[in-house]
Amino acid sequence: MNAIALGLSRARYETRVYFRQGDTVFFTFLFPIVMLSIFSVAFSAAGNFGTNPDGSGGITAAAFYVPGMIAAGILLSGVQNLAVDIAVERGDGTLKRLGGTPLPVVSYFIGKIGQVLITSLAQVALLLLIARFAFNVALPTDGGKWLTFVWVYLLGIMTSAVLGIALSRIPRSGKSATAVIIPIVLVLQFISGVYLQFSQLPTWLQNVASVFPLKWMAQGMRSVFLPESFARVEQNGSWDLGLVALVLAIWLVAGLVAARFTFRWIRKDS
Amino acid sequence: MTSPESHVTVRDLRKQYGSFTALDGVSFDIERGETFALLGPNGAGKSTTIEILEGYRDRSAGEANVLGVDPQHGGLGWKARLGIVLQSSGESGNVTVKEQLSHFAGFYPNPRDVDEVIAAVGLTEKAKTRIKSLSGGQRRRVDVALGVIGRPELLFLDEPTTGFDPEARREFWELIRSLKREGTTILLTTHYLDEAAQLSDRAGVIAGGRLIDIGRIDEIGDADARTPVVRWRDQNGPHEERTTEPAGVVARLYAATGGAEPGNLEIIRPSLEDVYLGLVGAHDATATKKELA
Repeated sequence: MNAIALGLSRARYETRVYFRQGDTVFFTFLFPIVMLSIFSVAFSAAGNFGTNPDGSGGITAAAFYVPGMIAAGILLSGVQNLAVDIAVERGDGTLKRLGGTPLPVVSYFIGKIGQVLITSLAQVALLLLIARFAFNVALPTDGGKWLTFVWVYLLGIMTSAVLGIALSRIPRSGKSATAVIIPIVLVLQFISGVYLQFSQLPTWLQNVASVFPLKWMAQGMRSVFLPESFARVEQNGSWDLGLVALVLAIWLVAGLVAARFTFRWIRKDS
Repeated sequence: MTSPESHVTVRDLRKQYGSFTALDGVSFDIERGETFALLGPNGAGKSTTIEILEGYRDRSAGEANVLGVDPQHGGLGWKARLGIVLQSSGESGNVTVKEQLSHFAGFYPNPRDVDEVIAAVGLTEKAKTRIKSLSGGQRRRVDVALGVIGRPELLFLDEPTTGFDPEARREFWELIRSLKREGTTILLTTHYLDEAAQLSDRAGVIAGGRLIDIGRIDEIGDADARTPVVRWRDQNGPHEERTTEPAGVVARLYAATGGAEPGNLEIIRPSLEDVYLGLVGAHDATATKKELA
């Protein structure tokens, strides 16, 4: 079998294992869906977002939170899922065992990225179904919007996956993995316009968030799911899709290089 | 220096961790098809040696050659010819025995039949059970099964039977003997000296990072250590005599007491365990003397 075929076999195996772990299914897979439901219900009485001066128009809380939760899901499925998963595998001996077999590292990566792609697609589909049918959110009907969705999603999920692999080197042990990774991911969600409305954050915090990829994923997703009128409260008064593509591409390349050059099956001589 | 019949060649192997010397000049060979046991107390350097040969650790000095390759630079083709059973690990085990073995079989160019391997380690009944639900001894058998699934030419077994009950150990020995019959070369570390005596052709004893003895199982230790001992008891208390002619000693005793049966009479042929404990004890004594001097 060649490295690609082995990678696909790994992806099947990894996906099967993923859904057998109750904690990852809850904290990574269902988390954005749970959060969307909570926010939609909690803010449903507070009136619409982005209303006209006379209080008419605007969109529901559910509709407002859909793009942010999709972006959060992309981050969780890639960064949190893989960084914790691989750190745990390094700690419990899984990687050491694999490192003693003729499995190529690239097949292992393909397996992980494949697992991220499959689980994240299922997550986004479920999120959109719940938004549409449980919270009555109108989804875009314009093909151009969906095209934007596809490239922002693919660029976002690939970037998240390789960053997850790269970040898995940081926790010193499998046991500390969630304690190290979750705060990073959580802080990013708060400053990047997932839970809090990005336009209401102080400018300096917006600038900090702009260094990291989540802000751009959320912005790209807002351009798909929010009405055009919301564009004027963005940082530059527009969706800035070119910048979204550029920043995500830079993080993707940086993540790929870091993942490729820092990955080791085991910490040698520790 | 490497003979074509040698699967493993180690010369003057050294491993330094900071100021701590874990291995201090270890040399040995393992011939093709041979089973070689590496014995020694905890922390003596057994696992360091085996992990250097498996490619997991880099050596500080010396030479190592495994299946014709320097393990520090072994590629995937080289790994495909090895089977590695590490010391037990704590993987989450969310797959069944059969799923795990079928998956790993896919990594190798010429794997064994999955069901046959499951049967050989005695887990046919558990094939559809998730690994995390198995007992410690059963999980260990999965480790062994994963080590042999790729039809290795050289198999590393690092304390393979820890946690086995006596019956499981005997079944495991049968499995190893069948691998041996197929010509697999085996490097084994174990704390069970009877296991080494049962399975291996030769053994090396490591203590304090040095190989303090090496040879065929029935040759390990000096001649004195292997000399049988006659023990008995009389009115003066217990007696013990080392002799190459135990029957003669007993006959003499019998004659001397005028036909009375000596109390608690025993003739003991030192087991590998006795010889081993003697060797390691002697090494510890010398090491302590050196430290004091």
